[in-house]
Amino acid sequence: MVRVEELTKRYGALEALKGVTAEFPPGKVTAVVGPNASGKSTLMKSILGLVVPSGGEVYVLGEPARKNPRVREHIGYMPQDPRFPENTTVREVVRWIEELRGAPKLDLDGLLEYFGLSPHLDQPTRVLSGGTRQKLSAVLAFLFDPEVLILDEPTAGLDPLASSRFKDRVAAERDRGKTVILTSHVMSELEELAERLVFLLEGEVVFAGDLEELREKTGEARLERAVARLMEAS
Amino acid sequence: MRGPVYKIFKYTLFDLLRSRWLSSYAVLIGLMTVGLLYLGDDPTQAAVSVLNLVILVVPLVSLVLGLMYHYANRDFALLVLTQPVPRGSVFWGQLLGLGLSLTGAYLVGVLVPFAAFSAFGMGEVDWPTVGMLLFVGAMVTLVFSSLALYLGVGNDERVRALGVAIAVWFVLTFVYDSLLLAFIILAQAYPIDRWVIGLSMLNPIDLARVLVLLHLDTAALMGYTGALFKKFLGTGMGTTAAVLALVLWTAVPAWLAGRVFARKDF
Repeated sequence: MVRVEELTKRYGALEALKGVTAEFPPGKVTAVVGPNASGKSTLMKSILGLVVPSGGEVYVLGEPARKNPRVREHIGYMPQDPRFPENTTVREVVRWIEELRGAPKLDLDGLLEYFGLSPHLDQPTRVLSGGTRQKLSAVLAFLFDPEVLILDEPTAGLDPLASSRFKDRVAAERDRGKTVILTSHVMSELEELAERLVFLLEGEVVFAGDLEELREKTGEARLERAVARLMEAS
Repeated sequence: MRGPVYKIFKYTLFDLLRSRWLSSYAVLIGLMTVGLLYLGDDPTQAAVSVLNLVILVVPLVSLVLGLMYHYANRDFALLVLTQPVPRGSVFWGQLLGLGLSLTGAYLVGVLVPFAAFSAFGMGEVDWPTVGMLLFVGAMVTLVFSSLALYLGVGNDERVRALGVAIAVWFVLTFVYDSLLLAFIILAQAYPIDRWVIGLSMLNPIDLARVLVLLHLDTAALMGYTGALFKKFLGTGMGTTAAVLALVLWTAVPAWLAGRVFARKDF
């Protein structure tokens, strides 16, 4: 469970978040949707503590998260374009993160195998393709069995096999009661995975609720059309 | 379980030791020291020449390599910041890793040639002077690593940060002394000695020079500020004041950089 309350973020004159209040319940995949520069990344990064909000509070599993790095023990994160220290091999990156977070809660070899990363273990990360880096990022996000998963365009760069395996995994985590926060430009993917949607526009929440609700409200069955309606209306 | 600062420090060190430029830096310093030692015939004279090298090369290399490292390492910082680790420990771990590996490269580069010179009986090495040289070079490295991180953390554009770094280096190395000299000449009718001491404390490169020269009993090499330090503060007090000022020169930019890092958006 993640909650943000009256979250604001100002970059100089630009207000990226204008008092965003939203809830991300456990056991559900919540999609964060909005046009470019609507504040999606700023919102996700504020939950992670990468961006320092100008005001408001973030709660992770009920605990205030600002100024409390320990809440990140409960978060697994996949950034849009994951990068790793260049001179380091995949195996070393995994070991470093293990040292920082403690013993992994899931079977590492199983995860590496599942995402097809085993053959790359001893390669330095600088030679990995974008998709392979994405797989490593996925392994790191799942490895510690966190209660909250924050996934920023996680399938961009994944091949169809890895992508469908990844989505199966996300669905399984959701069914185990995890809180999943997801962004994607691929509406069909969101339709496949998400039950809830938070729609941001210019730093404000325009819609937050179940997909069913959105479909009723807009009269559109397809998510893409329903979101387009939201954009037109605002 | 060790603290997170130690862990970040360890990874930073590990990553730096693997990169080619750190070993290239040690080799460069080593070659320069060898050159000065074996071409001249007096090791003390060579130590003074290495001092000039320290004043010229070490600040520039520490600034440039420090910035390169900072920008190359942003991805690593980003990865670590999404883990349950306090921001402060990410910053201090990186600063320690950077400062100590650059210091290590410098120490190896200077020490190995002097040790070889002595071991092969090629001449008497004045070890207290060499020790002073090592200490001063290490301090200068720490000062400029901490300045580099301050510039890097505060600037997302690397070209801009690099430009500012080179300007800072140029001013502290060449312009500052000329201005100080002009001030001394223009104000020679007035009792400005204490002012000159104060003003040279504002330049870490001057401090480094003063520190070594205070310990070389060659009055001719002392220069004006060195002589002033000795006259007003004596060798003991002068050394303490210069070392304290260098420590502040390391601590203040590091502290400022830490503050910027703590509030930065990634």
